[in-house]
This record gives sequence, C-alpha cells and structure tokens, in this order.
Amino acid sequence: MPTWVLALVGGVLIGVAASLLLWLNGRIAGVSGILNGVVFNRAGDTAWRVAFLLGLIVAAGLYMAAAPGASLPRADFSRGGLIVAGLLVGFGTRMGNGCTSGHGVCGLGRLSLRSFVAVIAFMTTAIVTKFIVRHAGS
Amino acid sequence: MRRLILAALASGGLFGIGLAMSGMTDPRRVLGFLDVFGEFDPALLFVLGGAVVTTTVLFRFVLRRGSPVLASTFHVSNLQHLDRRLLAGAAIFGVGWGIAGYCPGPALAGLGIGSIEALWFVPSMIAGMLLHRLVARA
Repeated sequence: MPTWVLALVGGVLIGVAASLLLWLNGRIAGVSGILNGVVFNRAGDTAWRVAFLLGLIVAAGLYMAAAPGASLPRADFSRGGLIVAGLLVGFGTRMGNGCTSGHGVCGLGRLSLRSFVAVIAFMTTAIVTKFIVRHAGS
Repeated sequence: MRRLILAALASGGLFGIGLAMSGMTDPRRVLGFLDVFGEFDPALLFVLGGAVVTTTVLFRFVLRRGSPVLASTFHVSNLQHLDRRLLAGAAIFGVGWGIAGYCPGPALAGLGIGSIEALWFVPSMIAGMLLHRLVARA
C-alpha cells in the first residue's frame, strides 16, 4: 500500500480511538496528560490511564511485528540529543497542557481556540528547530 | 470500573495501531515532515488530517450526549483564554519535537516496537514533567 494511504488510514484509526475514549469514558486521549496522571498519581484515577498506555504500547509493537517490510526503529540518534529533546517535550507539554494528541487530534476536533493556538505554536517551533538543526549540521 | 479499564485498553490499542501504521512511530519520517524547507515528506499531513477530520465529525455526535456511556461526566477543558503559559509550553514542546522527532505518543509506542532510543527519550520526558512540577510549585 502507498505510504500516504497507510498514513491516512492510521490517522483515521487514531481519530476513532480518541472518539471511542471520549464516547465511552468521557476522557480526552491526550497522551502527555494521561502519562502525567500515571506518574504523578491522582488518587483513584490511575487504572484506566495505565490500561490506555499499555494498550498503545503493546498494540504498536504487535502491529510492527506483524507488518510486512516494517523498517527497524532508528537507533543512531545521539543520547544527549534524546535527553535534551525528552526534557523539553516533557516540560513543554505540561506547561502548555497538551501535546500532538491532546491539542492536535482532540483539541482541534472540538474546535478549541487554545488548542488551535498551541498547535500553531508547536508546529512553528518544530519546523524552525528542524531548519536550524539541518543548517547547523551541514 | 472494569468496563472503563477495558474501554481505555481498546482505545489505547487502536491508538497504538494507528500510530504504528501511519508512520508516526518513525522519527525519521516525522523529521522529514517537519523539514518543510528541505526534503519535505508530506505523508504525515495525511495522519494529522485523517485524525482531525475524524474527531471533528465524531466528537460532535459524542458531545451532543449528556454524558459518556460509562461515566457520569465529560472531562473536557472549558478554558477559553489564551495565556503566555500555553504559548510558551507549546513552543518549548515543539523545539523538543523538532530535535529528535518524538512527541509523547510515538515515544511511548517506541517502547513497544523495540526502539533503543525510546529507552532514553521516555525517562527524560518524564523527568521534564517532574521538572515542570517543581518549577510550577516554586
């Protein structure tokens, strides 16, 4: 299948998954928020979060194991780069209350102005960062 | 309680399959997508597009209900105002995303698909969340 078809179908599945969680549990499928709730335990509210994340991790692994011609995960990025990027992603998603899923997939879906602004902000800095990294590297 | 957990597991599973199928779990593809001024790879536009169109349509029906199927209320933010915290947080997140190509969902999925990089990125991301907690409290 062409990559754009897989991308489109995968995107629709993500949208259906988010709609399912809102429809059944009344929860926003924002991965950074769900993870935050697991790590910094909110009393009595941990089990569904763990279940969601476990489902996400295991299903992604099973899909990759079953998919024909799946490429191996990237493994050559610098450790320092991963640590700095991880710190920024963790800090920024908490400060801004959401990431690509919470603000992007869910926030845009419910026409939230805050999410729209957040998406513009993180897309812009991500593209600019990529631009700077590319030019610093060459 | 058990049904809430099963629903979250199913939603997370579908979410993980969507991430893996769409190419979002490959940071090389994500960085290619963010490389708008270089070797731009537009395929991931279909992921975000497919997901957001789906939630925009389905959320309308879901939120028309008085309450979710398995819980008493929708846990949806009703914040409307834009503030510096939202903008700065989203901007910081974008920088981290643009450095390594991981946002929180795909980074966690990386744990399932055997990515060595995720073993560095995910703990750093959690440390970033902790850091924000400490700074916000001070």
